[in-house]
Amino acid sequence: MKYVDEFRDGEKARVLISEIETLVASMALPPDRPLYLMEVCGGHTHSIFRYGLEGMLPKEIELVHGPGCPVCVLPMGRVDDCVAIAEDPKVIFTTFGDAMRVPGSKKSLLQAKADGADVRMVYSPMDALDLARRSPEREVVFFGLGFETTMPSTALTILEAESEGIRNFSVFCNHITIVPTIKAILDSPGLQLDGFLGPGHVSMVIGTAPYEFIANFYRKPMVVAGFEPLDILHSIWMLLKQIKDGRAEVENQYARVVPDAGNDPALNAVSRVYELREFFEWRGLGSIDHSGVRLREAYAQYDAERKFTIPNVRIADPKSCQCGEVLKGALKPWQCKVFGTSCTPEAPLGALMVSSEGACAAYYQYGGQRRQAEVV
Amino acid sequence: MNILPFVRTRRLGKVSVSAVTLAHGGGGKAMKDLVDDVFVAAFDERGEPLEDQARFDLNTLGAHGDRLAFTTDSFVVDPLFFPGGDIGKLAVCGTVNDLAVGGARPLFLSCAVILEEGVAVDLLRRVTRSMAQVANDAGVRIVTGDTKVVPRGACDKIFVTTTGIGMIPVGIDLGVDKACPNDVVLVNGLLGDHGAAILCARGDMALETPIESDCACLHGLISALLAAAPGTRFIRDATRGGIATVLNEIAEASHVSIEIQEERTPIREEVKAFCEILGLDPLYLANEGKIVAVVPAHQADAALAAMRGHPLGAHAAMIGRIGSEIEGRVTMRTTFGGRRIVDMLVGEQLPRIC
Repeated sequence: MKYVDEFRDGEKARVLISEIETLVASMALPPDRPLYLMEVCGGHTHSIFRYGLEGMLPKEIELVHGPGCPVCVLPMGRVDDCVAIAEDPKVIFTTFGDAMRVPGSKKSLLQAKADGADVRMVYSPMDALDLARRSPEREVVFFGLGFETTMPSTALTILEAESEGIRNFSVFCNHITIVPTIKAILDSPGLQLDGFLGPGHVSMVIGTAPYEFIANFYRKPMVVAGFEPLDILHSIWMLLKQIKDGRAEVENQYARVVPDAGNDPALNAVSRVYELREFFEWRGLGSIDHSGVRLREAYAQYDAERKFTIPNVRIADPKSCQCGEVLKGALKPWQCKVFGTSCTPEAPLGALMVSSEGACAAYYQYGGQRRQAEVV
Repeated sequence: MNILPFVRTRRLGKVSVSAVTLAHGGGGKAMKDLVDDVFVAAFDERGEPLEDQARFDLNTLGAHGDRLAFTTDSFVVDPLFFPGGDIGKLAVCGTVNDLAVGGARPLFLSCAVILEEGVAVDLLRRVTRSMAQVANDAGVRIVTGDTKVVPRGACDKIFVTTTGIGMIPVGIDLGVDKACPNDVVLVNGLLGDHGAAILCARGDMALETPIESDCACLHGLISALLAAAPGTRFIRDATRGGIATVLNEIAEASHVSIEIQEERTPIREEVKAFCEILGLDPLYLANEGKIVAVVPAHQADAALAAMRGHPLGAHAAMIGRIGSEIEGRVTMRTTFGGRRIVDMLVGEQLPRIC
């Protein structure tokens, strides 16, 4: 595939791995304290497992799988709200595929569908709007989910609905923002992280400037990374270089896609349609101030939270789940008490087991090679 | 004493309406007309009297082998017609292949249909003609069947169930538990075409691709493979769950490990790109014309040559090897030089959010 295979060249990977090894050797790291590098984005986690990158890296580097899978950080109460909306007989509830299996306190959307709710999988919010055009007698609700990556497409869909005067379309807005989340992780007690692989897709929208505080205030290096395996290895090399040089900067490895200043049309749509919520609940991480957005008053007619009576009940995470610790990098997935026993991809107890981007599901499905070595 | 069964006289009726109604499942004249005009006309060119069962001469069957193979499968695909095939072709190929992968020569099929009230009769004719054509090409006969009509909404247009009977020649004994360390794993061509074609044909993702289903009857290819590599341990068609599922089944049943090589695993560029966009893994996509075969190493070249010599095996490849590393574990050496586990799929593959 043009512009893809170039970033999957095994020969170039071997050269990069060798350079990473040389760099690590020159850093004289203590044997019992690896460098902890967090990949913030679930897409990175997916690539790391899919290409077996963990097993290729020197043992002095430990990758920590961060909170960047929007499906994984969705609290149970919000899934219950989705189910409540979906079970309204006049509603067609539309969602991205991987949100279908997220467990609520009683059922997932997949189970609600099996019970008779009209839940449909779509590939973009525009598909949901199209469904609304074709189903004027029904109310089509789109489950707005994801970070800044998907936020603009939902906003543009709402603007399109407004310009066409479509009345039977609304969004259950659960979009979240990445920066307060990274800040919450950096403020966690006992933080061990030495650097961040920044989220490529999010940064394509917001640019690199919003991360400056990570370098300036917390003195941690960040490299905005692409999703191909060579991108990830290259970004790790760039992070190591910063650590070795004693620098803490925000660098952009993914410059072919990510403009430093972000994407103006996308940002304009976002600021036009959304406003920050005071706080938003995250699965495993608790409430984080200003980490979620809702629709502005001007778009109230497209806001499912205003159109429907929503239970809005806060449901505590199951006590046995240690998703929070895993998200913050304090625990590896398999160190969780319920990993692979009462929490599996077939019957996920914790959210990290739901999406293939979730750290636990990725470990379970793709099997980290180090983990494999430990269990053998 | 020779007891003659009651024999109905063939009286070919004509279906006079354009859509199937509940009357066509009612057992009366409407149903008989539908059966005669649509099914019998397509499947039975011999004009023999209709009975409630097909009858086989054991001596004739016995000439084909020493064991009977018997299988059944139901087909519920949406849409009914897709690039490279339709539900009828799928129903014949699927059951023929289920027989053939056991080494059997497919001989007879049944065809049971469940029709949704309101289905166009012409649509049904297209499906049955397609079944008849594929069965004829494959050298199998559709010899018995059943028709039910359910109220609108109780099923999705047409569901087809085919059951098949074949004979396994003397000396062929394939088994999922027979793979041994150092055996090789072969496939007969490009993987994931059917799954990708169906997802595109559903048209709900605004993706247009030239990918066609690989739907095909594989008994000819399998026969050539077994002739060239008589030591073949196991063959299975990699349908739902893709080759990843088949490999896991082999690894578990044979208590072996399997390692495949990504760079040797044949996948069409379009399918790769399609999976890339949707966050799917082609190893788990369904196929309807692909087999996974486990062959002793010393017969691998002959097996590969035999498959490549068949029109349905032009892209055949040796994709991996059986090992003894960890029982039940399937891994893939990536083109990138890494290694990952290829596990059983949980549920269905769902496209990722971003």
